[in-house]
Amino acid sequence: MDNDRPDPDQLLARVRREERAETRGKLRIFFGACAGVGKTYAMLSAAREQRSEDVDVLVGVVETHGRKETAALLEGLTLLPRKSIPYRGVELEELDLDAALARKPRLIVVDELAHTNAPGSRHAKRWQDIEELLDAGIDVYSAMNVQHLESLNDVVGKITGIRVWETVPDRIFDEAHEVELVDLPPDELIERLHEGKVYMPEAAAGALQNFFRKGNLIALRELALRRTAERVDRQMREYRTDEGIETPWPVAERIVVCVGPGANAERIVRSGARLAARMKADWTAVYVETPRLQRQPDAERDRILRNLRLAEQLGGIAVTLGGGNVAEEILAYARASNATRIVVGRARRDGLRAWLPLSAADRIVAGASDLEVQVVGETEDTASAPTKALLARSRDHLGVRPRGKQRWPRYVWAAAAVAVATGVAALTDPFFEPANQVMIYLLAVTLVAVRLGRGPSVFAAVASVVAFDFFYVAPRWSFAISDTQYLLTFGVMLAVGLIISNLTANIRTRARIAGYREQRTTALYAMSRELAAADDTEDMLRIAVKHIAQVFESQAVILLPDGDGRIRQPRGASTDASLHGADLSVAQWVFDHDEPAGLGTDTLPAAQAHYLRLAGSQGPIGVLAVLPASPRRLFVPEQQRLLETFASQIALALERSQLGAAAKQSELSAESERLRNALLAAISHDLRTPLASIVGASSSLLERGERMDPRGRHELARAIHEEAQRMSGLIDNVLDMARLQSGAASLNRQWHPLEELVGATLKRLETALAGHRVQTHIPGDLPLVNVDGVLIGQVLANLLENAAKYTPRGTTIAISAEVGHEELVVSVADEGPGLPAGEEERIFDKFHRAAPEGPQSGVGLGLSICKAIVQAHGGTIAAENLPAGGAVFRFTLPLVGSPPEMAGDPGLRRAA
Amino acid sequence: MTAPRYHAVLIEDDPQIRRFLRTVLPSEGFEVFEAESGERGLVEAATRKPDVVILDLGLPDLDGAEVIRRLREWSPVPILVLSARTREQDKIAALDAGADDYLVKPFGAGELMARLRVALRHGSARAGGASEPTFAVDGLKVDLAARRVSIGGRDAKLTPIEYRLLAALVKHAGMVVTHRQLLRDVWGPAYVEHVHTLRVHMAALRHKLEADPARPRYLLTELGVGYRLAAE
Repeated sequence: MDNDRPDPDQLLARVRREERAETRGKLRIFFGACAGVGKTYAMLSAAREQRSEDVDVLVGVVETHGRKETAALLEGLTLLPRKSIPYRGVELEELDLDAALARKPRLIVVDELAHTNAPGSRHAKRWQDIEELLDAGIDVYSAMNVQHLESLNDVVGKITGIRVWETVPDRIFDEAHEVELVDLPPDELIERLHEGKVYMPEAAAGALQNFFRKGNLIALRELALRRTAERVDRQMREYRTDEGIETPWPVAERIVVCVGPGANAERIVRSGARLAARMKADWTAVYVETPRLQRQPDAERDRILRNLRLAEQLGGIAVTLGGGNVAEEILAYARASNATRIVVGRARRDGLRAWLPLSAADRIVAGASDLEVQVVGETEDTASAPTKALLARSRDHLGVRPRGKQRWPRYVWAAAAVAVATGVAALTDPFFEPANQVMIYLLAVTLVAVRLGRGPSVFAAVASVVAFDFFYVAPRWSFAISDTQYLLTFGVMLAVGLIISNLTANIRTRARIAGYREQRTTALYAMSRELAAADDTEDMLRIAVKHIAQVFESQAVILLPDGDGRIRQPRGASTDASLHGADLSVAQWVFDHDEPAGLGTDTLPAAQAHYLRLAGSQGPIGVLAVLPASPRRLFVPEQQRLLETFASQIALALERSQLGAAAKQSELSAESERLRNALLAAISHDLRTPLASIVGASSSLLERGERMDPRGRHELARAIHEEAQRMSGLIDNVLDMARLQSGAASLNRQWHPLEELVGATLKRLETALAGHRVQTHIPGDLPLVNVDGVLIGQVLANLLENAAKYTPRGTTIAISAEVGHEELVVSVADEGPGLPAGEEERIFDKFHRAAPEGPQSGVGLGLSICKAIVQAHGGTIAAENLPAGGAVFRFTLPLVGSPPEMAGDPGLRRAA
Repeated sequence: MTAPRYHAVLIEDDPQIRRFLRTVLPSEGFEVFEAESGERGLVEAATRKPDVVILDLGLPDLDGAEVIRRLREWSPVPILVLSARTREQDKIAALDAGADDYLVKPFGAGELMARLRVALRHGSARAGGASEPTFAVDGLKVDLAARRVSIGGRDAKLTPIEYRLLAALVKHAGMVVTHRQLLRDVWGPAYVEHVHTLRVHMAALRHKLEADPARPRYLLTELGVGYRLAAE
């Protein structure tokens, strides 16, 4: 094994860390064992030092707690006015995060890292504010005590008997640029306390009694020193890794922490997190939802949920597994994920409980021959009271009410079943022995177990035994049991009831879980399929919202950014499933920071909905806002992950559509680029030729016109005139094509007699057609056609000009029209050389010409203009050679509808 | 060169067109007063007492139709509009605002002079207060006093509507008359949108008066704009 070089993954991680560190501000934490050691003082002194070196220092929030020395240090420093947030009639003062970000100092001092912000602030916690400041490239000085460290929170609580609820994730502490330990020996601290330097004198006495006992202070100091040392140790190790110094590095550890329903689960999670931190291991909190656990009351389930979220906050991954056997599932998961260690809690097994079957923990220990298992015992002082209070609060917050279920009818049914069994047994009494009669009761118990569940089956078993004993066991009509062998009957009946009811319940639950799973998979599949079929963004948004609404029983909306990355309100039509009034500022924050926010998170938790970023492969696409009918639908880890899967599916689909649109756009622009090039080439040729004649002829007239005879002068003037006309026609064609292509020419349909259109066109082309005989065969009874007269006139003009251009002078051009099948067929026939073979289709292409660079000029747009116009009218155009020679161009115009009624003649009526 | 017979005000911002007209018009007996903008043109028209105004629709300062409206507030002078070949709507707007005729750029001197002649004739008729009671071109004769129409020496039998349609065109002989104007004159203001009714009657009129209705000699169509009765 080659251990000389650093692991590439570690190198990569280091590069990333350094990259991030370059743009990010630096956090310096002043860390103390407890209040009063002088953190704020040390912090302000350091800030003043920076100030004296001309660093732009801003004091965001500092609590002086009335300490004079500390307050004195504030003098000369710039103070940021605090933001006042009204809360239940009280004005709470908080750090003005936006003002700080806008002011953007080099260094900002924000005291009390663990502080919980007033409800209604952007973030729930101050450390989140600080994260944002750091992200903005601002250095931060802050202070905290050891008791506020999330992973030590419970330990400190146990030492001091006082649990604080304001905590800071260990990650923040570990990732801080510098941690400065502010240390004060316990004796000095107590002295300071007596002198009233820590708390106001009246509060000091109480504090001394409770928290500031010397024993506590020593323990806290040890914890703070040890935690700081751990950090230093870690830095040392990192340094060695960075420098390629060989260390005996264990293979990456992975820890599986089992989260159960027990009261000590929180402790297990915390100790798992601590273990993982010490071992530098990845860890996963696993909860196995067995059928039995599914039947737990909501309070229990909420606690599990909370512990899983705690695990996520402590840096672990939360996983929910489904299955019947906790130990098997955990072991299977641990092996599948290459875990090296399992942390499991065990209930106390004293007194009667020692007689119960083996617990899941025991079975895990027994089964994990290849894994290390750490068992965390249950303690007396497991803080169940605060947990309950917290749960109640979180339930209030989540709006969940415990569900009540009507149980009694099931017991009535069970009793009825026993009664029926007794009746049947009475009927069979003359013929059967009691030993066989008991079978009838057994049948009843079995049926009850299958249909009604465990409780009723136990009840039925007991009732059956009682009834059997009373009615059929001698002595009859009494509860005395003469024959002890019926104890066995009783036992069997009870066991059968329990086993069957458990089996049935398990099967049902599993079927239900499988059903849920299938539903989810189906839902995801259904959405993916519909998304794949949709190709415009509006459609996709509608589909996505519809499916999320179905699966998560919620209202949802997808917010997309505009060109500047600002989230906008959706524009499309809304449905019942649409969430209205999504908070754009929250959405914007989520879009910018790639962290979920709103309901159920620590950022802007007061927001009504849950906001999630839709991340595509090339950056953020938008924000999904979900307002669930019941928050439980959304915040079970499994549901969370499902929602994330949905979100990523949606993001990918949206990205696909955006990329598709971009591709289409570039295809279009490539096509128009090609056309533009062809046009430029054609125009440069077709405009230069007449221009050459004009310039030549006119310069001759100018320079030597006097020396020419009148006929010569006339000839030149005519050449100028004709060439200029040709250019004019060419430019008209180019402009027409441009107008048709840009879609600017919408059809101005009116009812026209074809005759009139032909007449107007022939009049317009009088000069061009002067050299040809023109015949018209237009029946007088043709119906009116609903067309854009100007454009159809243009079609006729182009066809006629074309005929005149490509056929010899003196030949005939014939225009005729007839009614075909629901269409009018108009043809222009000539007696010219006809079309080159195989060109019948291509002549309608843009820039196509029968003979390139030939004497007949024209950009070759005429016929493609005809085609565009005729197609816009819903007709067709084609060309062919006539058997007798010459070519014929035919176009059709659909004859649909009928003209409106003719106006009457008010003038005549008036006259009459 | 003798003293000019007519005065024309030319409102046109393009110097080349102005040069062209400045060269052509005097040889036909016009004295030309040029203006580069609409405002300037209105001043010229007010001070020069022109016999005809030639107006370009694409002016830098004012919309052409706006110039026509302001001119028409106080003057019946014939207005000939010059327009690039663009949307028919612009021409119709100019004609409905009170212009007498239009010419599409590019145009030749011949076309211009023909239009000017027609415009001057109508101008003098307007000034004289009475239009001529008879109209004749080629074989077509219309006697407005006697309400008689003959073609090639034979009387044409027209319905009352056809007659009034023809009479409306005769009044503006040689000039384009928009669909709207014709509908208003013949059917009344409520019928200005019934263009297809006009077209059907016009077709009927052609079948009675034209040798080949598909190649009319008298009743000419200005596609998308209106009709013109050939005056010469």
